[in-house]
Amino acid sequence: MMPGDEAGIVAAIRDATAPLLIQGAGSKLPMLRPVQAAATLSTSGLTGITLYSPKELVLSARAGTPVADLVAATAAAGQHLIAEPPDYRRVLATTGAGTIGGAVATNLSGPRRVAWGAMRDHVLGVRAVNGQGELIRAGGRVLKNVTGLDLCKLLSGSHGTLAVMTEITIKVLPMPERRATLVLKGLDATRAVAAMSAALGSPYAVSAAAHLPAAMAARVPALAWFGASVTLARLEDFAPSVVYRADRLRAELAEFGAAELLDDGASLAGWADIGDVLPLVGEGEAVWRISVRPSQGPGVLHALENAFGATGFLDWGGGLVWIAGPATEAAHAAIETAARAAGGVWTLMRAPDPLRSTVAVVPPEAAALARIGRQVKAAFDPRGLLNPGRLVAGS
Amino acid sequence: MIEQPHPKQDVLNRRDQIIAGLRRLLPASGVIAEALRLKPYETDGLSAYREVPLAVALPETTEQVAAVMAFCQAEGVRVVPRGAGTSLSGGALPMADAVVLGLMRMNRILDIDYADRCAVVQAGVTNIGITQAVAARQFFYAPDPSSQLACMIGGNVNMNSGGAHCLRYGVTANNLLGLKIVTVDGEILDIGGAYLDAAGYDWLGLLTGSEGQLAIVTEVTVRILRSPEGARAMLAAFDSNEVAGACVDSIIGSGIIPVALEFMDRPAIHACEAFAHAGYPLDAEALLIIEVEGSVAEQDDLLARIRAICAGHSPISLEVAATAAQSLAIWKGRKGAFGAVGRISPDYLCMDGTIPTSELPHVLRRIGEMSVSYGLQVANIFHAGDGNLHPLIMFDANDPASFHKAEAFGADILKLCVEVGGCLTGEHGVGVEKRDLMGVQFTEIELDQQRRLKSAFDPGWLLNANKVFPLTAALRAA
Repeated sequence: MMPGDEAGIVAAIRDATAPLLIQGAGSKLPMLRPVQAAATLSTSGLTGITLYSPKELVLSARAGTPVADLVAATAAAGQHLIAEPPDYRRVLATTGAGTIGGAVATNLSGPRRVAWGAMRDHVLGVRAVNGQGELIRAGGRVLKNVTGLDLCKLLSGSHGTLAVMTEITIKVLPMPERRATLVLKGLDATRAVAAMSAALGSPYAVSAAAHLPAAMAARVPALAWFGASVTLARLEDFAPSVVYRADRLRAELAEFGAAELLDDGASLAGWADIGDVLPLVGEGEAVWRISVRPSQGPGVLHALENAFGATGFLDWGGGLVWIAGPATEAAHAAIETAARAAGGVWTLMRAPDPLRSTVAVVPPEAAALARIGRQVKAAFDPRGLLNPGRLVAGS
Repeated sequence: MIEQPHPKQDVLNRRDQIIAGLRRLLPASGVIAEALRLKPYETDGLSAYREVPLAVALPETTEQVAAVMAFCQAEGVRVVPRGAGTSLSGGALPMADAVVLGLMRMNRILDIDYADRCAVVQAGVTNIGITQAVAARQFFYAPDPSSQLACMIGGNVNMNSGGAHCLRYGVTANNLLGLKIVTVDGEILDIGGAYLDAAGYDWLGLLTGSEGQLAIVTEVTVRILRSPEGARAMLAAFDSNEVAGACVDSIIGSGIIPVALEFMDRPAIHACEAFAHAGYPLDAEALLIIEVEGSVAEQDDLLARIRAICAGHSPISLEVAATAAQSLAIWKGRKGAFGAVGRISPDYLCMDGTIPTSELPHVLRRIGEMSVSYGLQVANIFHAGDGNLHPLIMFDANDPASFHKAEAFGADILKLCVEVGGCLTGEHGVGVEKRDLMGVQFTEIELDQQRRLKSAFDPGWLLNANKVFPLTAALRAA
């Protein structure tokens, strides 16, 4: 089912008698657990920008509007989407242009997340239909709003299991006048994270920091010619600021080597590929992301290289570890062990159905929290219609 | 006046047993039950409302909080969590049959990690205390509510507090990584941690701003940020609210997001100038305080761009601070605004709606008309960049009629905020103050959805049951 309006979503859910697979364009369906559903309910038929007020930094769009349309519309007004919602079609081997509803429902953010917040941090309001077919509005169209419980945050990242979002309002910001990226060559992961921590802990408003081992850097056209591992720190702002801060940051990072500079265009291209996880395309049958405190990133990467010959790289200053490897229970067990040892969390992003139906695709919650989670699910979707089992088996 | 839930008579009857039970769980000084010593807990920053609680519990550890919660759950006793008691919306107002659970003794900073840019602190650490603890390394904790000298991080989390600099740095929710909470059953849970974006439901985001409805927060992992090289402010004065509003639009439209963009109307300018002698132009109808950050050269570049934009809107005066000291002078009036209004009026209500910024001239005009019809003065202070409006309604608390008029005036302003596309509260929270206005912003279906969500955490409605949601028949009768 692909209704063309919100009333169609309401009717589809109200009239449903069996579980529904809830999706946008389906570009991120290989994530998490497969859903056993009698029918599919897509929001792709709900398209169009319904409000865009650049001087108020506010944009509303129906949930099925492609992210690319919002990127284009904001760019035309000199603005951008703050969290850099990534395009995972290549790494997840999917088609279909990712929608704003999908970007919010999965709360997946690009490299700028480390400095400027996640997708969910910029969701100002949603319209959504719960599992009873009731229309629920949360938040609004203003930048500061603490009225009532924050359903915008709860629905962001809930993967369509609580309600089906039909329209989303987000905050946008001016696009920077200039971009530049400092590149340190040949560091190992541990030194790289030290350099990235120095950069992110500097007063120069670094907006992204990543480390790619040489083999990973070789997959990114803007970075391949360095011929070594690369450690990157991005600056985005007015042109005079970027020039000034690049100089200062280079001096501050001198102990890590002589930093080279990627200018505006190369910086843009390189970070787009990192955000879209291009280095792991075709690298393994399974892909995971692990979120840890940044200083733990190198240890996780090493542990998994040793455990199953993982390939991977670090974003978010070391705090986001991207891993590709074989789609086996042993490899997944190694992921769980490494993430737990580092005090972090994992998400299975891609694997064949047999594996992702079997393993814990995200860390199991403590019993008391899992019980609250089931009650929350029942508070929105008492009939268990919406994406059952997407996050946790039997929920 | 706002109705309170009917106290549970069986709980009032068991008062002595309940206090004895609490004394078994906490150190001797951790339970307050004497009338004289309960008095300071009867109200918070919304002092028009008062209710002496059954008792006050002051735990020192998360385990003690868990023991108190498990006990209160077993005894069917309501609980009102409290930090410093600075809430302007009555977020910590007790009930006669409730135990106030004060977190102020949990005031230790547990860990600071500069490399990973986070700190773990107990709920009773003050907002400014976090920044002070990391200032020597030139780090800071970004949200800066104006009560930051007193207010506590646990309260900030529960109210999702903002501040003057959230246009650049976001509100509390955008600056948190993890929580330690105690559920109504007395279970201790870790939510998130020193990493970004936990997998699964965003409990961290839901708990932030939940106004003590869902759980007790005992520890908080916050992001700490490196301080900018410097900051400098400028003043721009205009002869109408419309022109000042248009100037704000032009600044944002140019691609500049100042770290702060504050707006004061004529009554606010006069009150602040009389109080702080900050040098504000008294012939202005509207004043903007605009702050930028960076190196001196970066500040110069940005201030020059903003100055040029302001100049295009025929300002009455423009003053760019040349030094940090001049910046402080510019801020002095704004930061003293509440005290300043307190000098010209014995009492005032500080409202907190948010509006689309384009509606500012219209909303200020309507507030002016209401001020005339209610016969009460109002001064408007406004976080102009993000649309968060703070009308200060002046009244005389010794005159009940004046207070009731002030409340009705405030309610009319908040209804206006919703009518123009905004919301009831931008950063102070619903509390008791705006509880009965929730139906203006939400449908009954939406409120019931939120109530079911609360019930998922707190099936017996023991936590802060007099706040946020209009009272149901069941709560009225108790």
